[in-house]
Amino acid sequence: MSTPRKPRVESAARSDQMLPRGPRKYVSAVVAAAGLGKRYRRRWALRDCTLEIPAGQVTGLVGPNGAGKTTLLTLIVGLLTPTVGTIEVCGGRPAGDATQLAKVGFVAQDTPTYAGLTVAEHLRLGRHLNPRWDDAQAQERIGRLGLDPSQKAGRLSGGQRAQLALTLGLAKRPELLVLDEPVASLDPLARREFLQLLMEAVAEQEIAVLLSSHVVSDLERVCDHVVVLVDSQVRVADDVDTLLATHHRLSGPRREADTLPADQHVVWASHTDRQSTYVVRTESPVLDPAWTTTPQGLEDVVLAYMEGTPSDPAGTPLAVVR
Amino acid sequence: MIWLTWRQFRIQLLAVYALVGAVCVWLALTGPALAHLAARNKDVYDLLSSTDLLLFNGGIAVLAVAPAVIGIFWGAPLVARELESGTYRLAWNQSVTRWRWLAAKLGFSVLATAVAVGILTTTVTWWAQPLDGIQGSQRGSLASRMTPISFAMRGVVPVSYAVFAVLLGTLVGLVVRRSVPAMALTLAIYVLVQVAVPWWVRPHLIPPTTTTVFLSEDTLDGIASTGSGPFKITARGADPRDWVLTNQTVDAEGHPAALPSWFGDCLPPPPSDPGSGATTQVHQAPGTLDACLSRLSDEGYRQRLVYQSHRHFWRLQWAETGLYLAASGVLAGLSFWWVRRRLS
Repeated sequence: MSTPRKPRVESAARSDQMLPRGPRKYVSAVVAAAGLGKRYRRRWALRDCTLEIPAGQVTGLVGPNGAGKTTLLTLIVGLLTPTVGTIEVCGGRPAGDATQLAKVGFVAQDTPTYAGLTVAEHLRLGRHLNPRWDDAQAQERIGRLGLDPSQKAGRLSGGQRAQLALTLGLAKRPELLVLDEPVASLDPLARREFLQLLMEAVAEQEIAVLLSSHVVSDLERVCDHVVVLVDSQVRVADDVDTLLATHHRLSGPRREADTLPADQHVVWASHTDRQSTYVVRTESPVLDPAWTTTPQGLEDVVLAYMEGTPSDPAGTPLAVVR
Repeated sequence: MIWLTWRQFRIQLLAVYALVGAVCVWLALTGPALAHLAARNKDVYDLLSSTDLLLFNGGIAVLAVAPAVIGIFWGAPLVARELESGTYRLAWNQSVTRWRWLAAKLGFSVLATAVAVGILTTTVTWWAQPLDGIQGSQRGSLASRMTPISFAMRGVVPVSYAVFAVLLGTLVGLVVRRSVPAMALTLAIYVLVQVAVPWWVRPHLIPPTTTTVFLSEDTLDGIASTGSGPFKITARGADPRDWVLTNQTVDAEGHPAALPSWFGDCLPPPPSDPGSGATTQVHQAPGTLDACLSRLSDEGYRQRLVYQSHRHFWRLQWAETGLYLAASGVLAGLSFWWVRRRLS
């Protein structure tokens, strides 16, 4: 679905073309971060992150490995505290108190469970530690998954363990469920099954979900909203429909980026001696007959944002579209 | 939270309590006979069997090892194992704050530790009561409960050591984040503290008593010479059960002094080969020895003793317990601070 890209990537969007947006994009946001940053010793794992995650939707957080996805998610669930900036989750400080903790579910990377505890004991743990625990739902899910309640979690397969962790997260009845690379270690079948069950549960419970992945195709089927995180910064955050409607691949005779109309923001560009290819973001239709316009899939758009970055010579953020 | 803590802890808990139970049963079976023996006989020491002596020293060993072992195996992995296996990310996202989570874990393990070691020390102290500090009619004795080795294994202090060890292990585990290095480091620090306290701290917990005695055959405990170096005299305190901190010869002005040079020549020759490090027993050639000591006294030499009276035993016990518990409180506070501030 995407044409082969040329190896030489030259340019990305110019920052002066960015459209400033108001602080509140969504009427109800489960996560609102402003100027959020996290530094480990001398390295910034996340910088200048201003972001909103809409309520009641499924949001995908995409980015290459080491982009800061886990840092952002652990800041949201309150396992970490930010170095700078503010973050509000479900109207409160992440992990501020027990009530706040009850509002956010978290399935951590590699889905940690207590190896020595059985499946049933994990549910008991959840029941003891969560006031809003839905035991019937948890039992029903375990039954449906075919997990043996007396089996130790350490002896479950990766997929089963992920399902157990998801069950714990869902039965807690949170307002927001955060999943960090939940399917990364699963085989394609288990991956599909996991996401399917997640979507069913989301439809039943009407909760907001935020899940991260470095594989865009995982998210394409399930997400309403996408955040692209590259090099510890948010590149783009928008609804999937908007992203698809406003991004175009233009290819035609060679042209410099500054000759493009002012409302076309370059996300990614590639040039040969005679030809130029751009991925642009624009609200208005592309009218120039010299261009061959190709509609972009979500994966193409996300990859364009991921690839568009390293060509930036000055090191300043370029395609901060939000 | 209590259920989870119990569930994670129960096997270690049962193992330790089973061991404590076994030790107590053994001591309970042998204790009354010993007490009976001690009540009826003046020279109990000579009547003790080798098994009794083994049990006496075994009781000391068990109480020396138990707090350290519990601190290492319960304290250090308490949080470190959750950190290294990643399960803290599961635990800290339940609807329970980190402080409550840590409070439950610490509360449970500290209580379990205190009770286990409390039972152990009560039993051992009761068992050893008739034997502590007894003297043989000829030679040989068992350590008084004031001596550093026995003091730490009697009364209430072992409980505070164990609580301290658990909290030390927890904090080290929190900082190091890995169980095995945390266990090693906990052991190292604990041993260091256990050596440092009787050496530098315990003597000063209560002001020690200072007394000066005249040198005579009655007060003389021994004369020692190290190689070609000067002779050193040690004197007996008022009570053999006291813990003598300093035992030195002072001159007429009260300053610590070496014995005068004539003293070595005055002494009768020891019966056997006077090799280096030999201790001359006072019972040889009494007349001459007495004369030497009288001459020392005439020249103004006295023996100064600084000691903790055996009557201070319980006051010292409570003072040291308080010290360790205060340190434990600081460690617990640091753990709470660390779990909230540094691990985020």
